[in-house]
Amino acid sequence: MLSETREILVIGGGIAGIQASLDLADRGLKVYLVEKSPSIGGRMAQLDKTFPTMDCSMCILAPKMIDCLRHPNITLLSYSEVQEVSGSPGNFKVRILKKPRYIDEEKCTGCGDCAQYCPVEVPNEFDMNLGVRKAIYIPFPQAVPLKYAIDEDHCLKHTLDLCGLCQKMCKAEAIDYDQKPETINLTVGAIIVATGFELFDARKVSEYGYGRHQNVLTSLEFERLLSASGPTGGHLIRPSDGKIPKSVAFIQCVGSRSERGELPYCSSVCCTYATKEAMLAREHNPECEVSIFYIDLRVFGKGFQEFVNRAEEEWGVKYVKGRPGRIIEDPKTKDLVIRYEDAMDGRMKETTVDLVVLCPALIPRQGNERLAEILKIELDEHAFFKAKDSLLEPIDTNLSGIFICGYCQGPKDIPESVAQASGAAARAAETIALITPEGGAKSEGR
Amino acid sequence: MKADEEARIGVFICHCGINIGGIVNVPEVVQYAKTLPNVVHAEDNLYTCSSEGISKIKEGIGKYDLNRVIVASCTPRTHEPLFRSACEEAGVNKYLFEMANIRDQCSWAHMHEPERATEKAKDLVRMAVAKARLLKPQEEPEIDVTPSALIIGGGIAGMTAALCLADQGFKVHIAEKEPELGGMLRHLHKLYPTTRDASEVLNRVVNAVKSNKGIDVLTSTVVKEAKGFIGNFEVTVQKENAETTNLGVGTIVVATGAANFEPVGMFGYKEYDNVITQLELERRLKDGRLERPDRVVMVQCVGSRQETGRTYCSRVCCMTALKNALLIKEVYPDAEVYLLFRDLQTYGKEYEGYYSDARRKFVQFIKYVPERPPEVISKPSGKLIVRTYDTLLDSEIEIDSDLVVLSTPLIQHEDAKELSQILKVPLGPNEFFFEAHVKLRPVDFATDGIYVCGTAHGPKDVAESINQAYAVASRAAVPMAVKKLRTEAITATVNEILCKGCGRCEEVCEYNAINVEEIKSAVGAPALVAKVIEAQCKGCGSCAVACPTGAITMKHFTDRQINAMIEAAIGG
Repeated sequence: MLSETREILVIGGGIAGIQASLDLADRGLKVYLVEKSPSIGGRMAQLDKTFPTMDCSMCILAPKMIDCLRHPNITLLSYSEVQEVSGSPGNFKVRILKKPRYIDEEKCTGCGDCAQYCPVEVPNEFDMNLGVRKAIYIPFPQAVPLKYAIDEDHCLKHTLDLCGLCQKMCKAEAIDYDQKPETINLTVGAIIVATGFELFDARKVSEYGYGRHQNVLTSLEFERLLSASGPTGGHLIRPSDGKIPKSVAFIQCVGSRSERGELPYCSSVCCTYATKEAMLAREHNPECEVSIFYIDLRVFGKGFQEFVNRAEEEWGVKYVKGRPGRIIEDPKTKDLVIRYEDAMDGRMKETTVDLVVLCPALIPRQGNERLAEILKIELDEHAFFKAKDSLLEPIDTNLSGIFICGYCQGPKDIPESVAQASGAAARAAETIALITPEGGAKSEGR
Repeated sequence: MKADEEARIGVFICHCGINIGGIVNVPEVVQYAKTLPNVVHAEDNLYTCSSEGISKIKEGIGKYDLNRVIVASCTPRTHEPLFRSACEEAGVNKYLFEMANIRDQCSWAHMHEPERATEKAKDLVRMAVAKARLLKPQEEPEIDVTPSALIIGGGIAGMTAALCLADQGFKVHIAEKEPELGGMLRHLHKLYPTTRDASEVLNRVVNAVKSNKGIDVLTSTVVKEAKGFIGNFEVTVQKENAETTNLGVGTIVVATGAANFEPVGMFGYKEYDNVITQLELERRLKDGRLERPDRVVMVQCVGSRQETGRTYCSRVCCMTALKNALLIKEVYPDAEVYLLFRDLQTYGKEYEGYYSDARRKFVQFIKYVPERPPEVISKPSGKLIVRTYDTLLDSEIEIDSDLVVLSTPLIQHEDAKELSQILKVPLGPNEFFFEAHVKLRPVDFATDGIYVCGTAHGPKDVAESINQAYAVASRAAVPMAVKKLRTEAITATVNEILCKGCGRCEEVCEYNAINVEEIKSAVGAPALVAKVIEAQCKGCGSCAVACPTGAITMKHFTDRQINAMIEAAIGG
């Protein structure tokens, strides 16, 4: 019994879930890290660089992903979802569904021969659907685990009982079209939830024309265009004609800080990541003119003001205080006319740019409602997980033994997510130590 | 491992499906490898990393009595640990393994030139063999970790970290320089985002700390000296100029908090009685001493977000001002409150609500620009006029006021520099303690075993300080929970005969792992030489580069090994 209670479930394999898992595993506690997609890495894996240090995101993340895979105390359950939880701290019974990859993970070496021959191309979610992947795929080259998965909705074998090329080409004989979902039952002492965020649907702010105007992108789409591993191989070109944009405008608070019923809160990271993306746009093409439309410049983090100063002084990024009212597409050139009220003088103005990047509100994951039901923990009015006490117990939930960290608890940047994830690890370890006396110091040799 | 015996090298060359094999002629490279000195076995594998490939390595070690193993495949970044453990499992020290990257650095890079790629693969294998012949087994020394922590600073961050660590079973000492615990919270009134009293919150936490048997509280106590390394620190503390005490601890947490900037000479502060800081307003509200004002003007960013000097945004001032504006409205509903701001920092999911609440309650918001900042002028009546340029109206406006409240930033304590020198941990550009990595190691210092949390790291509010305090309670617990640490095997070594004791190595070391010490030389005279603290050394090699006499060698990356690779590369 004691050995069972010393195990911890972490839900979500982004940077928060990764950090919590590594802290716990490094101190000798056994961790099950559940990730619903085929690879861990989360949002950070999609980023090109990170503010304010301009570190290459994947370069600093990938070693941690690999640590998770190789750690003897971490069992990585990718492509898996939590289905049922019951019990109490020290003794939670958890049922997990491992979805079929149609690949024998033991045999797959990640060589990619299968995908090379797969004839089916579908939009790549990892590239925000800007590029394509095959029906047998890894989400990105540095995926962990580096195991392919067959997307059964698009695989010809699954949909039409045709093809079967991947099975013929796989020298490792890893393809198994008949693989079944697998149920895994666990008993854990504590649970950490780190499900991250997604983007508010920018189509809902219809005056900006996202979804109608080809050259209006979201910031995460733009991030993939900047990335060397992205759909254009890191060439910053605009979707309508593949031309290098000579002017890019970023628009803050799309759906956030809204007074008309969208999201009332501030997403906390957009002013700084837009600044970063603006600098990168200039780095890609020094001729490109870059401006950021904002309401209040949020520079509250360590080094943020200095970062913005650098963007202005060294990179020539222009900051325009004002919320655009409307974006109009020139039907011929597909250029974009931005109409806005300049908040400094109250005048209506117009400017034409080649590309617009919207910074939509960052919102909790759609699956949070269901997960909250399964775990019996509370959500706040926006569907972020609710802290037991937002002042003194920001990591705890209404149920003891279940903790929250990262963006799913509320807006925060990477270092804040990492710190809170370590914090959640401490709270989980504390729970276990209090249940199993001397537990904290007894972790040696596990 | 019999290290001195003749090297018997086995080379395993991976096809990586078609990633390498589709371009490089792998069988040809295998034949070539067999011709190289000391290579007693070479073979190719479809995937060396598959379980079959790993068994082949282990079998090969037994069958051919290999004492060096080379895998020519992909990148050590992802696969070296796997191959190293295969060697260890078959009884070969893992540092007798070498890897040649013939995929990322060869087949992928030269996809359209298969013949030249094959030649390059041979070059890379030849270089790996040249190094492998000279490899030595290495050990990772084990050190014991004392399961106790010293927390410097007894504010909300330090106390929260202490409670969490103590609950995990570790002994905790708190050294607080003031006569009582509590830090900044002792001076605050209400804490956003709740309406709770700071004193009520503080009492609860202080009582929990005092009643926790695992926590030893030392008040009026400062740190005088620190020696040692992770797991084995010896810290000298002193209580009010009295006797000093030595504490042996495994980890150290810096939670010394921040001070409030005093804006002397700005906006009439200390010149006019009714110009005060938010912190002073907070005290008046707390003590119920705030006389009814007709009109209050609050000015944001006083001494922060400057062009030079304090360039940073202090993060908490906008929320503090909004909270206090609402509190004034609560006590004196007909008092007018004006807030002069640059950019309102009501970030996150809760704080924007304060902003809209304040607007609903008729707090007046006026944006100012730093190029034309507000001015405070005193009238003979004792009342004040605040003059500011309103960009929207494109003109100056004047606001009569009987109380001006300045929002000033949190700043580093004056004695932080001394502490940073004692602990040998750095302060950053704005004098706040500087973490190991801004993104991924927010509460660690580069020196193992020392951590930072709360406002010592930079301005933050109570909830954010608590998040970091819990983070520290995990980071510091990791080494203490495992009790024994394996440290880096690839460390610097000093040839004391060549070392002149110049100290360049000490200057460049980021980890405080090398110090110049006085020793008795071979002839008996005192001499200065560099000493490596192995437990602290990360093997980065900076010292070896800086050393002008070539006295420093990196284990596993010796000059001889590197030269052998270069010779193999150019010698063909």
